[in-house]
Amino acid sequence: MTLVSNSRSDTFLAVLGRWLLRNHIWSFFALTVIVFSLSSPFFLTVNNLGNILTQGAFIGILAVGMTMVMIDGEIDLSVGAVLAMASALAIGLQDHIGVWPAVLVGLASGAALGFFNGTLVALSGMHSFVVTLGGLIGIRGLVFIYTGENALMVTDFSYTEIPEVYLGPLSMTAILFFALALFFQWVLTSTRHGRETYAVGDNVEAAYDSGINVKRHKIINFTICGTMAAICGILLSMRLGTAEPNAGKVWELWTIIAVVLGGTRLIGGYGSMWMTIGGVLTLAVLRNGLRLLNTPNYVELMVMGTVLILAVALDKLLNMKEET
Amino acid sequence: MNDIILQLSGITKTFPGVTALDQVSLDVRAGEVHALVGENGAGKSTLMKVLAGLYKAEQGDIIYQGRTTDVAGPLDARRKGILLIHQELSLAPELSVAENIYLGAWPTNRFGVLKKRELRSKAQAALQALGCAFGPDVRVGTLSVAMQQMVEIARAEAFSASVVIFDEPTASLTDTEKEQLFHTIRSLKARGVGIIYISHKMDEIFQITDRITVLRDGQVQGTLETAQSDVNQVTRMMIGRTLDTYFVKAKADFGAEVLRVEGLSKAGLFNDVSFSVREGEVLGLYGLVGAGRSEAVETVFGVRRADSGQLVWKGGVIAPPTPRQAIDMGMALVPESRKEQGLVLMMGGRENTSLPHLSLFSALSVMNRAKELATFEKYRSALSIKTTGPDQEVSQLSGGNQQKFVLAKWLCAGPKLIILDEPTRGIDVGSKSAIHELIAELAEQGLAVIVISSEMPEVLGVSHRVLAMSEGEIVGSFEGQEMNEENLIDAVSYHRQSAVG
Ligand SMILES: Nc1ncnc2c1ncn2[C@@H]1O[C@H](COP(=O)(O)OP(=O)(O)OP(=O)(O)O)[C@@H](O)[C@H]1O
Ligand SMILES: [Mg+2]
Repeated sequence: MTLVSNSRSDTFLAVLGRWLLRNHIWSFFALTVIVFSLSSPFFLTVNNLGNILTQGAFIGILAVGMTMVMIDGEIDLSVGAVLAMASALAIGLQDHIGVWPAVLVGLASGAALGFFNGTLVALSGMHSFVVTLGGLIGIRGLVFIYTGENALMVTDFSYTEIPEVYLGPLSMTAILFFALALFFQWVLTSTRHGRETYAVGDNVEAAYDSGINVKRHKIINFTICGTMAAICGILLSMRLGTAEPNAGKVWELWTIIAVVLGGTRLIGGYGSMWMTIGGVLTLAVLRNGLRLLNTPNYVELMVMGTVLILAVALDKLLNMKEET
Repeated sequence: MNDIILQLSGITKTFPGVTALDQVSLDVRAGEVHALVGENGAGKSTLMKVLAGLYKAEQGDIIYQGRTTDVAGPLDARRKGILLIHQELSLAPELSVAENIYLGAWPTNRFGVLKKRELRSKAQAALQALGCAFGPDVRVGTLSVAMQQMVEIARAEAFSASVVIFDEPTASLTDTEKEQLFHTIRSLKARGVGIIYISHKMDEIFQITDRITVLRDGQVQGTLETAQSDVNQVTRMMIGRTLDTYFVKAKADFGAEVLRVEGLSKAGLFNDVSFSVREGEVLGLYGLVGAGRSEAVETVFGVRRADSGQLVWKGGVIAPPTPRQAIDMGMALVPESRKEQGLVLMMGGRENTSLPHLSLFSALSVMNRAKELATFEKYRSALSIKTTGPDQEVSQLSGGNQQKFVLAKWLCAGPKLIILDEPTRGIDVGSKSAIHELIAELAEQGLAVIVISSEMPEVLGVSHRVLAMSEGEIVGSFEGQEMNEENLIDAVSYHRQSAVG
């Protein structure tokens, strides 16, 4: 017959194989872990692994928001600047309005800036690359104005103790990253909004023809992305006790690298938080491992660049296999 | 039973440079199938998009279920029970079948959380009602064009709509699938649904519809009772003249062999395919949708790699070519799905036409615009393509006119072998015979032509020799007296039975 159903003999191995094919980043991750375990005795220690997770979690939280935007087929280059804004507000305002209100204002600033980005993209029809490139510069400028070009310091140091909660080797930052990633993975697979995200990224016309409010939808995802950036900024301000006007500079690039490394596609319609978690962890392991080996900074950058291209090439290769 | 469920009155819609609809009025009764016919670019799809809330008309009213209704957008239309099944499939390939059936209207609870089980079982029910053999969990991107279309059609079932619009639904369905569709249409009809049916296939229109409205250049020419009219009357209203229904066949004057395919196989797609075609010969490839015809010729053209087999080009064995090499050797493939494979939608007709053979239109990589324009004009008039100018984005053209540009783009390079995959899909009756004439003309100029078609009269009408293909195998080759409908059907169906039994 012409209409054959995909009858799949679902053995566990077959399922695992298919999953690995779609989530190739985890093989990469395993490989990097093995390589560094063999080359540095300090790598595979509970302490170091906990560090990796905490360090990775900052980019990770940004990546969660970025993944939503990227599955939509858009991009947000302003996350680094939004992060700096949120952290500056959270620290700068706490002497005036109290710690938690300041944190809330920080969060709200992220949501508002994301909303603003999304509205501009949706209503103007400009590409998000251009809009958020403007955001990247403009918002950073605002941060400099607000901070008066200086780092803001906390006066009440109990602020820096807020995230010092651990679950075994897992810091609160890491836990928050995983929780957010899992939550948004659930949103992607189990909610209307998630389906809309894939549909819009995959075939905007079909989505529009089906009555999905594409503009509102994109605004929501940009708002989510801005909020994630603010969460990241506030956690960073707690960890450092200061808000640098330059905080999070080029982090947007690391974030995009982590997401793309994971396998989420820039053209939209395809990706998941599992992939992003894989990308974030692989990136974190690479940075940490190379540092343990005392690799000079420029070599580190070269290795990362190579890995990024390899991972994307592998993705292409596997997908060609799948399709023909 | 026969009350009017939908009435359009005085609908006018213009695009820059064209009046797509000019004071169009039309009514649809509950429980009737109402045909909408007209040439490519007559405005059929535009009218339906107005009805489905995708375009806003400048003038006119939609009176739905007795009340003047403002259709605010596609979702609003669907909520009100008006469902449009698009001419160009409107699906998200990365999503599953179930998710696509309910695209944008997934069942959720109050908080927007998907009810996956409900989604799945509802979709399953819709698929079963249609008799689809694939499940709700399959990714749509992995389905063939025909199956994807079934997914769109399943939406009508799923949404229990009261007006359903089919825009050329059978363009890529097999006869069995078409019968299934007609079955569905009849059961919708029995439920009192009003159906608007757009098609270029006259036999279908006379088979399934109750009334026919003819549209020409955006204006209604009249509405006929199907039972009291005939094909000639309808075509005359459509194009202003009657058509001779005879097929022009090229004179049988064959030269040297151009291509021989020997034992070409690819697991799961086709098996041991062998044939040859000579200069001046039109070889027909008949089979049902899904028989592996397109896949086999795509392999010849280098789009896919075969597992085994060899190609002989003008007497010499050649390595499997890449599409670029195939084009340079003198092959041309006009693919069946124009939107994905055929055109750069953001470019105009002029640029699309010259795209595969830029070297013919340039010197030292500087484009020769005059030559491009001349070629564009030549095919625009030869195929009567309706476009406002050489640079109108092809995305703005009607479906049939896009298809004509796909043809033009491959014809203008003067290939030695041209493979036409469903060349008249979505093309109006007037231009259809123009394309048949063109095929004959090409063969008489000495080209080897392979025509893939699921339309029996077409394949018999234009070819000198017909191969029947079924389930990836060539199951018969017919010439002269042997080449008739009965033999082709026998070959194809006997093979299918023996494969099943
Ligand atoms: N978005 C658009 N912008 C500009 N012109 C358009 C647009 N959509 C349609 N048109 C023009 O409106 C006219 C009617 O097009 P329409 O798609 O309704 O034709 P159709 O009757 O459906 O033809 P076909 O049988 O080829 O599908 C054509 O001349 C077409 O070029
Ligand atoms: Mg149309």
